[in-house]
Amino acid sequence: MEFFLVQTLNGISYGLLLFMLSSGLTLVFSLMGVLNFAHASFYMLGAYFAYQISTKIGFWPALVVAPLLVGAIGMLIERWGLRQVHKHGHVAELLFTFGLAYLIEEAVHLVWGRSAVDYRVPPDLDGPLFSIFTSQYPIYRGFMMLVSVAMLVSIWLALTRTRIGLVIQAALTHPQTVEALGHNVPRVFMLVFGGGTALAGLAGVIGGNAFVTEPGMAASVGPIIFVIVVVGGMGSLAGAFIASLLIGCMQTFAVALDWNLVGGIKMSQVAPVLPYLLMVLLLIFRPTGLMGTREG
Amino acid sequence: MRYEPLNLGRWVIWGAMALVFLVAPLVFSGGFALTMLIQMGTMIIFALSYNMLLGQGGMLSFGHAVYSGLGAFLSVHALNLIGKGAFTFPVTLLPLIGGLAGLAFGVLFGYVTTRRAGTTFALISLGIGEMVFACVLMFPGFFGGEAGVSTNRVVGQPFLGITYGPAIQVCYLVAVWCFLSIVAMFALTQTPLGRMANAVRDNPERAEFVGYDTQKVRFIQLVLSSFFAGVAGALSCINFEIVSAENVSPIRSGGVLIATYIGGVPFFLGPILGAIIFIFFVVALSGFTKAWLLYLGLFFVTMVVYAPGGIASILLMQIPVLRARRFGELALPYALAAAAGLVALAGLIGIVEMVYRLSEQGASTVLNVFGLSFDARTTPPWIGFALVLAAGLVALRYASRLVGARWGAIQQDLLARRA
Amino acid sequence: MRGHFIRASAFGVAAALISFGAWAQTIKVAYIDPLSGPFANVGEQGLAEFRFAVERINASGILGKQKLEVVPFDNKVSPQESLNQLKRVIDQNIRYITQGNSSAVAGALIEAVNRHNERNPGKEILYLNYAAVDPAFTNEKCSFWHFRFDANADMKMESLTTYMATQKNIKKVYLLNQDYSFGQAVKKAAREMLARKRPDVQIVGDDLHPLGQVKDFAPYVAKIKQSGADSVITGNWGNDMSLLVKAGKDAGLDVAWYTYYAGGLGTPTAMGEAAAGKVKIIAEYHSNVANNKAAKWDADYRKQAPKGNPDFYFLRGKIMWEMFAKAIAEAKSAEPKAVALALEGMKYQGDLGEVEMRKSDHQLIQPLYVLTLVKAAAKGGPKEAKIDMENSGLAPITDARMEGYTSATPSSCQMKRP
Repeated sequence: MEFFLVQTLNGISYGLLLFMLSSGLTLVFSLMGVLNFAHASFYMLGAYFAYQISTKIGFWPALVVAPLLVGAIGMLIERWGLRQVHKHGHVAELLFTFGLAYLIEEAVHLVWGRSAVDYRVPPDLDGPLFSIFTSQYPIYRGFMMLVSVAMLVSIWLALTRTRIGLVIQAALTHPQTVEALGHNVPRVFMLVFGGGTALAGLAGVIGGNAFVTEPGMAASVGPIIFVIVVVGGMGSLAGAFIASLLIGCMQTFAVALDWNLVGGIKMSQVAPVLPYLLMVLLLIFRPTGLMGTREG
Repeated sequence: MRYEPLNLGRWVIWGAMALVFLVAPLVFSGGFALTMLIQMGTMIIFALSYNMLLGQGGMLSFGHAVYSGLGAFLSVHALNLIGKGAFTFPVTLLPLIGGLAGLAFGVLFGYVTTRRAGTTFALISLGIGEMVFACVLMFPGFFGGEAGVSTNRVVGQPFLGITYGPAIQVCYLVAVWCFLSIVAMFALTQTPLGRMANAVRDNPERAEFVGYDTQKVRFIQLVLSSFFAGVAGALSCINFEIVSAENVSPIRSGGVLIATYIGGVPFFLGPILGAIIFIFFVVALSGFTKAWLLYLGLFFVTMVVYAPGGIASILLMQIPVLRARRFGELALPYALAAAAGLVALAGLIGIVEMVYRLSEQGASTVLNVFGLSFDARTTPPWIGFALVLAAGLVALRYASRLVGARWGAIQQDLLARRA
Repeated sequence: MRGHFIRASAFGVAAALISFGAWAQTIKVAYIDPLSGPFANVGEQGLAEFRFAVERINASGILGKQKLEVVPFDNKVSPQESLNQLKRVIDQNIRYITQGNSSAVAGALIEAVNRHNERNPGKEILYLNYAAVDPAFTNEKCSFWHFRFDANADMKMESLTTYMATQKNIKKVYLLNQDYSFGQAVKKAAREMLARKRPDVQIVGDDLHPLGQVKDFAPYVAKIKQSGADSVITGNWGNDMSLLVKAGKDAGLDVAWYTYYAGGLGTPTAMGEAAAGKVKIIAEYHSNVANNKAAKWDADYRKQAPKGNPDFYFLRGKIMWEMFAKAIAEAKSAEPKAVALALEGMKYQGDLGEVEMRKSDHQLIQPLYVLTLVKAAAKGGPKEAKIDMENSGLAPITDARMEGYTSATPSSCQMKRP
């Protein structure tokens, strides 16, 4: 019983972390049609900025400042890079972000070196939150879950209840009309892209100290984020949320269950491949994903 | 009796290419130079096969290394079997085995992936690429784990004294296969299949109306493309005598994408140029500077933003101008732009090298760039290179405006003349 | 045609002169390891230590007028890239290579060196392996041209399990490893050796996880907890090691971690205090070892060490270079074949005891230590935890010294001698 409960909690918290990572990507994709390959690199930037700020000032300032910094960088990149490429088509935009991912990673190597950096969980958040029978559940995990849910709620509110959110949604399908109505559509896109990267940065601040902050961190989470966006449905935030929870729990339980599969391979060995398998199957039979509104 | 004029241009171009393939290994005959040529030849085949999907079929794939890698794995096992005497087969024809293996996997994976197009196809290919990469590490019995499968290419009876021991023999093998593959893939673009692939790329709905099943066209195009990818894989196996999980990795898939794009997706010769430049960056440049990945990334991003048609597009754009014999007017602006670009590049290289040297632990901060040696800790070199870079960029801005103005004028004239 | 011949022969004469001159003055050893990419810090550590060792050896004059030189080549941890670099090494007429990071690369290099030496007699290359521990390289894949200076994975497990056999409080052991050749070798060896030495110990779990892909080890930790294990044996390194220990601490898991690679190259920093008192390592050296004849070398190295790699980590590297220099001096030649013949079977007085380069399989037999990471003395830990690892607040202390013979596993090597 303890085992099942603990694993469920683990699965949910892992899933929520994945949601934090992929929310920004889904947002940018659904609103701008750009699949940002460099999203995981912004996650990495957020973690490194947070490390730098938290060692000089503290964790809580870092929680606010780092995402803003990353968002600002994202806006600059949109203004001076992505906008130029936009006229060459979606493939070019994709490839631009692809190249960008390499460049950001090299820049991080140059500034912070090639080893892991000591970005630690702040002492007030370090410790057990509660105990399930004999297992402890760390405070920090609870904090991660909280931030993740808060992210979902606030994005949803911002998009559907605020004025700017409605403008953004309109600009998605009818950019010319919205522009004719007097809104600055290119600036809206810049804000959206910046917002997406800021979310990635926030995920980096939260995730960077729980998991190691090192130069390979972007490459290790990159593919899984894409799987989530695709499985959840390209264009749907709710879909991404469900997909994150689904994949988080699937991964956790696949590891936990010691089933023997074909050829002496155990379920736990296959666990990381499962999300890709799910993605491929889903794409073949239901290309819009679980809740998507477009095929992309 | 039909009279067809001799297409001299075609003979000259193909003949020149054949000549280059023949002579290059003799000119660049050092061990390292030969291995670079071999890798360029292999990459050319790989990139051309990739462009069959992207440029001709409009299918962006993030997992093309799957076909070349799996082709390489089957080739390496075949080569090991030949070595053990299980069956006799000339090593010269091993790429055929690789090609057929690639083709088989193309049929297997292609059937499911080509049912969708566009971004969906791209993401499925990404998923399959990651899956195959993970599976390769999970089944060490066949795939050799992360150490891969090793082999020896010197097996069987030497044919006319060719054992493939020395690198130059392998180089000529690759040259022959490369040339034949280029001819074959070019011929394919001239067939109805090739043309329909273009049609499916540009306007699938209309292609359906004309009576062709777009899924079938894409499927066949992918299968043929994976054949050539397998050929490239087998040649890589012969060259390195080792095949490992790297051959199916997402990095390889990304690499061929970058190479093809740099060269130019819309043109047949684009991937050929791209492959040569890419191998130069990755293999040669990495020996000279630690910043090679940064340079490659910057180069790629610049290409995407300013020249999405690749290097080939820049070269081929000049042809109408050459034909109209007005290239002379562009010569000076081009030269100015090139000079400005070189100056900016020199400034950039200086700064990048200094940054990299400072970030290196334990290395002396004195470095030698363009024959000048200086200490990266002091300020003067920074100011110097920054000024050079700035000057170069400013000059480039003016020069490119000049080029733009002249180019516009010429284009207008050409248009007027045509009208 | 004639011009080509003249040019080639001139080049040949020049190359011969240069290489002859090089032989007389400098003996170059190519260092083929990652110097860019995610593992660059590991490659840079080795390079920094080797440069230091070579400087000291040259200064000692043991080679007379000849000097040793390390020439770095970046292989980005890729077997195929390593083969490219090997071609450059051959082009530059360098006859010795050293490498250690990744058994995959090592495997490719051994095969390539064997092939090259077979196809080019008189131009042989010798391969000094300082860290690639796949047992196969001194067993079924052994080669006359390969020398290994690190105890291989099986040898380390042999020593470790001999130590564990004396610890009566170990009752239930969990095996958790990376799913590739090294991790699988560790798992297999652990099972077999524990069964032999402590058949009463229960192996309550055995997991393999994909290499470098798991971000969240919480599910594995929960499994370990549920199994009731008191010890975990793992060959994990890098992030896989640090994330595992961190997840263990988060969940309040109270086990002893028996590891190969938790001690250095970024891992102590990443584990942080989570590791104190719990993480044990089997290694040939640590800075707080008793009767440390290498203490001054260690301190001198640290004084000039680059910022990112402050520790002295590879004692086996020091031993490797010293034995290599001694072999050259004894053979009175810098030809790889002569040096190899002098090196195999060599007994050498190392800083922590006598070591021997076994002739049958070219494996170095050396004493090993089981050590625990504890809080550094400066942070309130025990007195002997003086020197801490990479300023992480953790310092090593010895649990036990395992003499060379406890790890000298038999070899199946059938070496083909030239």
